[in-house]
Amino acid sequence: MILSSRPLQPQEWVGLPWLLCILATLAFATPIRVMGLQAPEPVFGFAPAFAWAFIRPSILPPFALLLLGLAMDLMWGAPLGLWPLCLLSLHALVLAIRATLSGHGFLVLWGWYGSGCALALGVGFVLTALMAGAAPNLWGVGGQWLASVALYPFAYRLIDRFEDADVRFR
Amino acid sequence: MARRDSAFGEFKAPLGWFAGAAVVAVVLVAVILLVRDRREENPNGAFPTVRRAADSIAAPMGSALSAPVNWAGQVSNSVGDYLFAASQNRDLKREVTADQSWKYEVAALRVENARLRSLLGVRTDPPMPMVFARSVLDARGPFANTRVADAGAASGVTEGNPALSEHGLIGRVIGVGAGTSRIMLLTDVESRTPVLISRNNGRAILVGDGGPNPRLDFIRSSDNLRPGDRVLTSGDGGVLPRGLPVGAAVLGVDGQWRVALDSDSAPIDDVRILLFKDISQITGRGELAPNALPGVTTGPPLAPPPTLRASPPKTQPPPAENAQTGRRP
Repeated sequence: MILSSRPLQPQEWVGLPWLLCILATLAFATPIRVMGLQAPEPVFGFAPAFAWAFIRPSILPPFALLLLGLAMDLMWGAPLGLWPLCLLSLHALVLAIRATLSGHGFLVLWGWYGSGCALALGVGFVLTALMAGAAPNLWGVGGQWLASVALYPFAYRLIDRFEDADVRFR
Repeated sequence: MARRDSAFGEFKAPLGWFAGAAVVAVVLVAVILLVRDRREENPNGAFPTVRRAADSIAAPMGSALSAPVNWAGQVSNSVGDYLFAASQNRDLKREVTADQSWKYEVAALRVENARLRSLLGVRTDPPMPMVFARSVLDARGPFANTRVADAGAASGVTEGNPALSEHGLIGRVIGVGAGTSRIMLLTDVESRTPVLISRNNGRAILVGDGGPNPRLDFIRSSDNLRPGDRVLTSGDGGVLPRGLPVGAAVLGVDGQWRVALDSDSAPIDDVRILLFKDISQITGRGELAPNALPGVTTGPPLAPPPTLRASPPKTQPPPAENAQTGRRP
């Protein structure tokens, strides 16, 4: 019996998560207030930026992250190029330490995911401080980090779904 | 011929290196975009045009998505009102009792104000036209605090117009499409607003940092600042009209003076955009910058006073004034 893996279809492992991120970001960009409190603003793009690099190295995800970041910039009114750089910094980190990450369990990967999110938000912090001439509020950055780290189960679901799809990168 | 038999049959593409190269290329593209976007000043340039188009596309989707959110918010508010009706009733009764004394004082001050205005010949500002809009998208992260409202150039909105909630200033318009406008909130990290402290007329600059309470920088007479002091727009620079309510001064945990924004006390889904362009809209451009200064009529020159001692003057005499224009040559 020959075991054959499912081929990685770009629209499945890149296209669909990309679209879901756009829709989720748009949904959370609505002026939500519950009992007078503002809803958090998580960065949904961190989940695929982490998962795509973990699943396998590919040329497609960096370009998808560029488009996703630009869409986030346009939706949130940030300077064009800010969020692509944040997402790509996380993606590049995971690509660089991919061999170290492989084989670890859910919680350890969550820790690495949190570190990657911190790096990405740190890049955003430095770029914004340089451009605006004033440092952004650290509590705000921390709040966005927490909200984004809480999205790790989505990244793990993506990894779990496609990790074994390409046997060359197991 | 099978692929394995070709010249590239044993060629193994270093996909990791290709992926890395793609990341580097895309980073370069993002950096170029970032640098170019910061230098773009022309409102009709490529970047602002793309932003306007994106806002025009996203606004209807945001409006559709925010409808159930608003409905849920109303339900949640109704539940809260029901649960806290008794305590709210007590608070309202207390406020009404306190307001009774203000009522008569305000009436007396109005009469006195009108009398003083007529004595001084002060002309009151004309009412400012405004546009009502609903905010449909909201960015509340640490790097950008903006809102998209569903009123744009078709309603007369222009860049720089101040936007208010029912309680106070929330920001100003930084981009206008045909039916949408993007408002930069006071809390945005790039927001700088000249303000005054109403109690002592002290001036400061309100600087956003992405947090809920923007800080007060360059405070004049900061020693006299007290928690709870009312903060209004100063109108300095002519970008915003004077006297728009902003909030109350509070001392932050970091030891810096900050402002608890009035607009935080109510949802800012509904915004009012003042169609204010500059200060000449209120006072009249002709009065601000007359084309020709009025002439000055002067009498015959006076004879020099007799000198007691023949000593040279210690200071240079001022240059003679032009009798017709009053300007120095």
